[in-house]
Amino acid sequence: MNLTTQTPPTTAVPIMDAEAIRRALRRIAHEIVERNPDLKSVVLAGIPLRGVEMSQRLAEFIREIGQVDIDMGVIDVAMHRDDVGKRTELPVVRASKLPMPLDGRTLIIVDDVLFTGRTIRAAMDAISSFGRPARIQLAALVDRGHRELPIRADYVGKNLPTSPNEKIRVCLEQTDDGSDAVWIEK
Amino acid sequence: MSTTIIRNGRVIDPANKRDEVIDLATVDGRIADLSAIRNPKSEIDEIDAKGLIVAPGLIDIHVHLREPGFSHKETIESGARAAAAGGFTTIVCMPNTSPVADTPSMIAWIKNRAAEMACVNILSTGAISKNLSGEELAPIGSLVQAGVVAITDDGHCIQNHELMRRAVEYARMVGVPVMDHCQDYNLVGNGLVHEGYWSTLLGLPGWPAAGEEAIVLRNILLAELCDHHVHCQHVSAAGSVRKIREARARGIKISGEVCPHHIALTDESIQNFDTNYKMNPPLRSQQDVDALLDGIADGTLSILASDHAPHAGFEKEVEFDAAPFGIVGLETELGLFLDLLVHKHRKIDIVRLIEMYTVEPARLLKLGAGTLSVGAEADITLIDPEMEWTVDLAKFQSKSRNSPFDGWKLKGRAVRTIVGGETVWQL
Amino acid sequence: MDREMTNMRWNRKDLLGLRELSADEIDFILETTDAFKEVGTREIKKVPALRGKTLVNFFVEPSTRTRTSFELAALRLSADVINISVAASSLTKGETLKDTAKNLEALHADILVLRHGSAGAPQFLASRLKSSVINAGDGAHEHPTQALLDLYTIREKRGKIAGLHVVIVGDILFSRVARSNIFCLLKLGARVTLVGPSTLVPREFEKLGVTVSHRIDDILPDADVVNLLRIQHERQRKEYFPGISEYTRLFGLTKERAKLLKPDCLIMHPGPINRGVEIDSEIADGAQSVILDQVTNGLAVRMAVLYLCGGISTT
Repeated sequence: MNLTTQTPPTTAVPIMDAEAIRRALRRIAHEIVERNPDLKSVVLAGIPLRGVEMSQRLAEFIREIGQVDIDMGVIDVAMHRDDVGKRTELPVVRASKLPMPLDGRTLIIVDDVLFTGRTIRAAMDAISSFGRPARIQLAALVDRGHRELPIRADYVGKNLPTSPNEKIRVCLEQTDDGSDAVWIEK
Repeated sequence: MSTTIIRNGRVIDPANKRDEVIDLATVDGRIADLSAIRNPKSEIDEIDAKGLIVAPGLIDIHVHLREPGFSHKETIESGARAAAAGGFTTIVCMPNTSPVADTPSMIAWIKNRAAEMACVNILSTGAISKNLSGEELAPIGSLVQAGVVAITDDGHCIQNHELMRRAVEYARMVGVPVMDHCQDYNLVGNGLVHEGYWSTLLGLPGWPAAGEEAIVLRNILLAELCDHHVHCQHVSAAGSVRKIREARARGIKISGEVCPHHIALTDESIQNFDTNYKMNPPLRSQQDVDALLDGIADGTLSILASDHAPHAGFEKEVEFDAAPFGIVGLETELGLFLDLLVHKHRKIDIVRLIEMYTVEPARLLKLGAGTLSVGAEADITLIDPEMEWTVDLAKFQSKSRNSPFDGWKLKGRAVRTIVGGETVWQL
Repeated sequence: MDREMTNMRWNRKDLLGLRELSADEIDFILETTDAFKEVGTREIKKVPALRGKTLVNFFVEPSTRTRTSFELAALRLSADVINISVAASSLTKGETLKDTAKNLEALHADILVLRHGSAGAPQFLASRLKSSVINAGDGAHEHPTQALLDLYTIREKRGKIAGLHVVIVGDILFSRVARSNIFCLLKLGARVTLVGPSTLVPREFEKLGVTVSHRIDDILPDADVVNLLRIQHERQRKEYFPGISEYTRLFGLTKERAKLLKPDCLIMHPGPINRGVEIDSEIADGAQSVILDQVTNGLAVRMAVLYLCGGISTT
């Protein structure tokens, strides 16, 4: 969930290449279509930065598979974090975009890496100031374990056991100006 | 018979046009003829002044001792120690005490206190107007009889020109000069800092130079009209220097003094709202600084003084506009002037500097001090003109610490102060 | 894609003025304001960003509007708010400003929003307190959040600041709003003209990099933004100009004068408006007026400023 653009350092171990990412996203899209017969009631809300690109790609696949233009939004979590005032660097805030009413809808949070779960908690906190969706689900490209809160993903691209001091780097074409990749830095 | 010989120093005695490396002797508190010393060597105190300047004790004619009434800021005792530490053997104190020094009994009180407590010579000024209120004349004749060497309303300025005219005429009769803090209250209003670029930028009420120049002009007119000496205190503005220069060229009895902060700093210093840069008159622009330096160089401004204005820490540590004006100066003035006038800007040589601190004030106030003539009181200042030192507020003798010069590196300082033949301070 | 803001790291615990801020820092505040403006469009207009923090509105000089704006901004960030006005404070009992502030800090006030009649008062406190100090107006010196919301409003309506001709009209000499505006407009590349009586708009201001004019009719046709300052006619000003009606005649934005303006010229005012004095009533409510947008934007700007300054760890 780093928000900086990045290039692979030399100590990195590649985990997923562009094809693997494409397949994972396509599979997630399928799962979303299968589990949500009423696609028009679904909202995909990406967490900046890479969650946004990810949700756009999921929407393209869903349009192919389910023939529906799914509703999209953006959830910025910076102002909902639970560690404001404890960090020496203030997280950058951006405007969120959830302009549609949320009653009765299924909101799927989209993020690239699921780790401690705190970002998702902040996202749910943000969502609550917009409205009250009927249900909230979570799609993550990579689940690397080490949850600090009782949060789990509904749709996962890849389960990746890691040790806490390792870093996961995700590179997406548009966001990072490079080909898709996921790698681990030891 | 106590005898001291100061050896190998460069004796600079402008009153007697002396500048030579020679020994100087004092006997029983007076300057003595070296050849008249007959004591065996064992009874003579020797002071080695090699590399030092031996000057007549320096005189500061503008000092606020704050006693009576404000002894939390300074007392006659602590102010005298500060003077000694600055190389001064005689200081002239201002009358804006509480009560104001506008009666002979106040002057007597100060005299007695000084005799008891002060390690340097203290001379008094008396108020021009009762209670410094600018409305009625104070009993100037009685004040002179009580021993004041000048009259001034310093801190305040008489706005009624007619009253000031009468004061100057009266002072002429009793033979003391009038010293004036030149400030036109209407032009200045609630001005806090020099009216110029910085006051405009920062939104602080300005104290226009015209507010000083207007009163300098007033004083020149009255000096001419009454044929008596008026001395302009702490001159700060280029226009004031011009007017004084022109008047002196015509023979008018007008003079001006400069304080070190007005040439060491400009109004640029106020931008952090540090109240150690708040004084009256305020720090002005570089052009004003340059004019002051030129005025010192060509003799237009003939006296150097500190306007030593102590204030307690808690009084200065408030919002800028609430803070009292002024900084302490006795312990930094000589160092600043040596460093800036003699070394850095090379506007005058050290002989002239000493003259401005001895002959000139003595002439203005008709003092016997300021010379090393045989028979004169042995008030002597030893100066190391090359010593490099750093101002350390924590070491000040003054009770107050309101100075912007902490940490400044200066070249030149007094190293020993002798009053009546006794060393009252040494480095 | 979102523009990366990661080259800029906010590291000031205080907002004392705009003179010492870089153009990048000012831009950063404006961009952060975008995010907080969005909060005002949500159903629940509240985020937990300053939860658990205490903000004290310390208004030694009274003001309802600015104080309310800061209070609302703080509440929307989930901070706890205390309002202190001078009459109620111990300042009237002779306690120094420094002691009053230290007492507040001892009560764990994290953010102090200060409005004071003395220029430099926020500086004075900021250097002595660990709390964040936000200047809500100090004497005639600065009013940074007002200028930031002015800037934000201009950018919102005209898309940019650089190259615009901004005209500020009124009592500039005694105006902290004018000074803060001058500093940030120049930094961001606008062209600034000050208009008003020569006694209240002295030529000295030209040294700051602006143009000074005393003839409003000459300037208005070329303006992209006209920012009208409230004209006060207190005792102190009587020596500076002869009265309200003369001011209005010479400098008021009357209906007639407003016709000189370009159709897309914005009309701004920091409020409260003196209808019929510096601005004609109809013009204040007219199509070119963005005065109410300024108020809305003021809330977002203050949320951004409180978030940035109050969110930094002070350990």
